[in-house]
Amino acid sequence: MIASSIGEERRYEYDVLVIGAGGAGLRAAIAASATGAKVGVVCKSLLGKAHTVMAEGGIAAALANVDDRDGWQVHFADTLRGGQYLNNPHMAEIHAQEAPARVRELEAWGALFDRTADGRILQRNFGGHRYPRLAHVGDRTGLEMIRTLQDHGIHQGIEFHMECTVALLLKDGLRVTGAFGYERERGRFLVFSAGAVVLATGGIGRAFEVTSNSWEYTGDGHALAYEAGAELMDMEFVQFHPTGMVWPPSVHGLLVTEGVRGEGGVLRNREGRRFMFDDIPELYKNQTADNEEEGWRYCQGDKTARRPPELLTRDHVARCIVREIKEGRGSAHGGVLLDISWIRSRIPNAEVHIKKKLPSMYHQFKELAGIDITKEPMEVGPTTHYMMGGVRVDAWTQMSSVSGLFAAGECAAGLHGANRLGGNSLSDLLVFGQRAGEHAAQFARGQGRSAPDPAQIDAAAERLLAPFARPAGEGPYAIQRELQVMMQSQVGIVRNGGEMSHALEALAAFRQRASRVAVYGHREYNPGWHTALDLENLLVVSEAITRAALERRESRGAQFREDFPDKDKALGQVNVVVQKGDDGEMRIARAPLVPMTEEQRRIVEEMK
Amino acid sequence: MARATFKIWRGDGSGGAFQDYTTEVSEGMVVLDAVHRIQAESANDLAVRWNCKAGKCGSCSAEVNGQPRLMCMTRLADLPLDRPVTVEPMQAFPVIRDLVTDVAWNFAGKKTIRKFKPRPPDAADGTWRVAQEDVDRVQEFRKCIECFLCQDVCHVLREHHLHDAFVGPRLLVYSAALEMHPLDVEDRLGDLKREHGIGYCNITKCCTKVCPENITITDNAIIPLKERVVDEFFDPLRRLFRVFRK
Repeated sequence: MIASSIGEERRYEYDVLVIGAGGAGLRAAIAASATGAKVGVVCKSLLGKAHTVMAEGGIAAALANVDDRDGWQVHFADTLRGGQYLNNPHMAEIHAQEAPARVRELEAWGALFDRTADGRILQRNFGGHRYPRLAHVGDRTGLEMIRTLQDHGIHQGIEFHMECTVALLLKDGLRVTGAFGYERERGRFLVFSAGAVVLATGGIGRAFEVTSNSWEYTGDGHALAYEAGAELMDMEFVQFHPTGMVWPPSVHGLLVTEGVRGEGGVLRNREGRRFMFDDIPELYKNQTADNEEEGWRYCQGDKTARRPPELLTRDHVARCIVREIKEGRGSAHGGVLLDISWIRSRIPNAEVHIKKKLPSMYHQFKELAGIDITKEPMEVGPTTHYMMGGVRVDAWTQMSSVSGLFAAGECAAGLHGANRLGGNSLSDLLVFGQRAGEHAAQFARGQGRSAPDPAQIDAAAERLLAPFARPAGEGPYAIQRELQVMMQSQVGIVRNGGEMSHALEALAAFRQRASRVAVYGHREYNPGWHTALDLENLLVVSEAITRAALERRESRGAQFREDFPDKDKALGQVNVVVQKGDDGEMRIARAPLVPMTEEQRRIVEEMK
Repeated sequence: MARATFKIWRGDGSGGAFQDYTTEVSEGMVVLDAVHRIQAESANDLAVRWNCKAGKCGSCSAEVNGQPRLMCMTRLADLPLDRPVTVEPMQAFPVIRDLVTDVAWNFAGKKTIRKFKPRPPDAADGTWRVAQEDVDRVQEFRKCIECFLCQDVCHVLREHHLHDAFVGPRLLVYSAALEMHPLDVEDRLGDLKREHGIGYCNITKCCTKVCPENITITDNAIIPLKERVVDEFFDPLRRLFRVFRK
């Protein structure tokens, strides 16, 4: 009665199957097809709608167009410092070295970035980057990037499966050989055979209540890899972006680009105090301005000035905001104030300047909150934004611990360590998307195609259809909502062991409820059904985040534990790794950091 | 909290009808919030396409009270809530289910447009030099989020169903972005005249009115393209020149 026996499913065969069509997926697909491989791309939504589109600030690459003191070594050291040295140093090195070429290549494919006076690609300041480094176009860089990749990709002979979701990776022995999923439109099942599979599914934001992520980001790639036996790493490190909208309620969590601060925007509490000056971490003291005047000069391009404290790393800024709110100095709707309008007192035509530099922020606040950011401050607060953790991969090839399975972009781990610098995600997608695609194609060449195993397909099909067979059960939306609320309150920005132990118990109860979830209607474009299926992935990543966060009994980067507020020397030498045990239970282990080479160590010391 | 009624079209390619749903509304809500609330409360299987909920991805296009809109950018405060708010799918495309339409035609059409072809690099390191003002000129077209509301409202497509002969405003904006790209050297004028049917546009500017990104589609993209096509193919001197060239 199940899929393979009734023959209703559609079958496809590729050398490389890419799951996800954001920046990493598209770049991987382009790289794979450039080698002559036959490439298929599965995308959960329509092409060009993935979350890459939301990236605002820019692409970090040491082009040194604006400040010739920049170079890959500086970018490399900045990335490690931001990640609190839990990064894979080889990934950080490859990333810093290859990002400039990947950006120039985008330009050759039609992307248009803002320019310097002499016509080269302009670069802007961003948190944690020593020099102006982000290639950008206004505040819609992500759109420019995904559209360029999309418009280039459609001419490369790649087959796109829009609005399709993968629910299982198929294996032949220990090797991943394909995938099983469904299409939204008709609800039909899909079977893909592939020589290699690249995961590029993005993040996990929907595990939390307040997030900048859309419905798609349910940790699919993380869960698929986990179920296939791959190791996940750094799952405790969830980036809460310091500035999301807080009002009105319907836009709570919507991203406010760091570019606002890069252009001179300042954070104030309800008393008008620039509270970011109150707590500047030791690691950044000698790079950070200690007075408002110097901070402003930095934003105006003064090379002798140091960064304003608003441009400290995201983890730190988010925690300072939480502190202000908790201590009663927050704004009317439980945030703090982010003000760019104050620059009117410093530059002529400030209104025009703000609208030109931050057009979509202007638009977003005007349309959704009735606020004119050229005239009044914005209310902002932290929002779940990005997952540093993900599939543990080889730095050079992006292959996971499972043969034939590659991962790139947000769903992979290693580049960002304990905290990602703004702008490093878009460059991550390009650099490691390209590498994953190329190496997946190379791997696929050496492999025969194996016929999909009917038993795996039948079991998956049965699992997918089960919610239809339980007409009396609970619907999926309430479970998802309650899970998000629980994760936000128990495993959020400020964590402690007691709450997280409760979270594990709560997750077990959610798992019970999810196993009884019921959907009604039919299989054609049924969002209730899709929400029910996504629940399984959310539960896997929620458990992985919680267990990893419990294991890391210290505060470092994005993880802040009020019961262990300091760094722990021993834990600073390890990554926490999560894997599915033979008994089906989640296993947690500590893995020693990938050691730096002598040369890398020297660069880090030099840049301190 | 106030309550409001939404008349949402439910059905598929074989037909359907409006159904009434009543839900609570609160400050700052947009139409998409209401649709989601209804979906979670009383219509789990209500099909709606959405992603960013910030007006940046162009997924949640629909017709609200008869107007082509992004549901995520349509605030309830701007609608009269003393009568039901109607929400229905875009009319220019086949319905898949409920509020979701089959927009694949737009993606297929894009593939028929010749891709970006840059002039040789300006510098030895393979890079180009471009003036900011040349970037600014095409930014207007490049900010398109592909919501296809302009396609939805274009009468050539919506009423006359000339999908086979005319690519529609979105793809003309795309062509304009390429044609006016400071580095591009490809020639798309012949395609625009023939395969892409630019002549069908009779500049009623409906597309410009509905664009959520405020792109001046007709004046800034389509009319200049039409002028280039006219210059290329209908200028008597150029026609003469072409005769001799043959």
